[in-house]
Amino acid sequence: MGKVFFSYNNIISSLGFDSKTVVDKIHHGVSGLKQIQDNAIFPTPFYSSLINPTDLDAAFSLATQKKGYTKLEKMMITSLHDTIGQSGIDVHHNKVGLIISTTKGNIDALDQNNPFLETRSYLHELGRVIKTHFGFKNDAIVVSNACVSGILAIAIAKRYILQNVYDHVFVVGGDLVTEFILSGFNSFQALSEVPCKPYDKDRAGINIGETAASALITKDHTALAKEATEILGEASCNDANHISGPSRTGEGLYRSIQSAMTQANVSHQDIDYISAHGTATMYNDEMEAIAFNRHHLENVPVNSLKGYFGHTLGTSGLIETIIGTHSLCNNTLYPSLGFNALGVSKPINVITQTTKKPLNTFLKTASGFGGCNTAVIFKKINH
Amino acid sequence: MLQNHYNITSFCRIKNNRIILNDQVVFSETGHFSTFIKSAYKTLGVKYPKFFKMDALSKLAFIAADVLLKHENITPEHEENVAIIFSNSASSLETDRTHQTSIQNKANYFPSPAVFVYTLPNICIGEISIKYKLYSENSFFIFDTFNAEHLFTYSNSLLESQKADKVLCGWVEYDGEHYDAFLYLVAKSEGITHQIKDINTLYNK
Repeated sequence: MGKVFFSYNNIISSLGFDSKTVVDKIHHGVSGLKQIQDNAIFPTPFYSSLINPTDLDAAFSLATQKKGYTKLEKMMITSLHDTIGQSGIDVHHNKVGLIISTTKGNIDALDQNNPFLETRSYLHELGRVIKTHFGFKNDAIVVSNACVSGILAIAIAKRYILQNVYDHVFVVGGDLVTEFILSGFNSFQALSEVPCKPYDKDRAGINIGETAASALITKDHTALAKEATEILGEASCNDANHISGPSRTGEGLYRSIQSAMTQANVSHQDIDYISAHGTATMYNDEMEAIAFNRHHLENVPVNSLKGYFGHTLGTSGLIETIIGTHSLCNNTLYPSLGFNALGVSKPINVITQTTKKPLNTFLKTASGFGGCNTAVIFKKINH
Repeated sequence: MLQNHYNITSFCRIKNNRIILNDQVVFSETGHFSTFIKSAYKTLGVKYPKFFKMDALSKLAFIAADVLLKHENITPEHEENVAIIFSNSASSLETDRTHQTSIQNKANYFPSPAVFVYTLPNICIGEISIKYKLYSENSFFIFDTFNAEHLFTYSNSLLESQKADKVLCGWVEYDGEHYDAFLYLVAKSEGITHQIKDINTLYNK
């Protein structure tokens, strides 16, 4: 079976508008989270990472002069513009695909005070807008599978390439911080009033953040990005347990990792680093620690990047994969921000400082509502 | 194209106040969706109290899946590797609108976790997975109209890479007053050939 690679990429976030800038900030332990006071979206101050609209408009105007886009569309188009440009690929070709990863898309268009029509909240509309903007020949495939969407989209891109439908797939993810989302997570009492602390004994819930990110998934090994990785194996397994709480045994995540390792033909000893989900809720972090221990992965360095952006929903798996590939390329482990003392019942090796180390292979995992879990294994390309 | 040995072994349709399994009407009743689907639940002997907590999209998908999986003798005890690939046009917008109504007016602000959890389309896949103990591949896709080509490609990928032994595919849409569920099972058994044109023929019946 042919090889498939994760290549050129971009991140649009409060830490910067390209992957390298963002990774440099993470290298120095800089968080994009800050306290926000905005009564229009939440009645009390909250921690989040938001995209500054003025900065976004400036970056967007360099990409295009076209008008009439929502904030989310501008974020996603600005991101994809960079990734397409780096790749030099002609998106009008019939073997080039487009996959959109989002949980809620333009959900703010449902608000009566939003200037855009309610029809803009249909996710296929978001797909159509992005397809049309760039002139993709193929319709967008929109993946909306809760918090695993971003990493699942990468797996789906690989599968489409192996089915010979596409040679290249551009994946773009995005979600906004909205009143819709904050009020919902708050009704679950899942929001932390302080910067989130994944795996820490004092963790008190999640922060929600907004980012967009994009990447090229390709079978062409001749023109890859410096930080490109090979996608060795991937799987997505359901907990079959509860719609809003993870399995206490980590069953779906355990099975996802098992299936991905089998396909990748690697064992736990081959994994150099785990980029985990780590939302900083009690149940999620505990579940992950259990699943990793069941695979004897407790000594593998692990981080959650939620301390830098918060939980960015449909983008999180994609953005965290991008940072993981840079981590491999730079042979550097980045700290799991917010962590001080272990607060899960099973041992895991949480990264506390930026550390140089030879790295070849990493495991990316995510879990979400609906009992979904995804695991993907990436291996460095030796140029 | 290579000979495809996977077939469509069963299909189920719920629309226009009727539930149809493999061309046979198994339930029909007039009235609004909420009374229709509750009546179907009772008449078909589903016996799963969590059903009453579900939103309309999950109820629709759950009953369609239950009718089909029972017919196929798929049971939680056997823990079969049945992947679920669903799609629609409106995602979870019907429940999204309910949640939005609960937060639109600051003087009358009542967001509920019981509603919010259903503001994701893949929750209905979770509901089916829980009842049938399906620890399997699952994903939800959004297209403006029914997309047989995508369901065909993605189910073939899961079957050929041995990620799944069977795939429950389809379209589950609930938007305003409109509802439509079309599910079919792809497996290595006797049935209708699994090709894009066959999927479209079944959908357009």
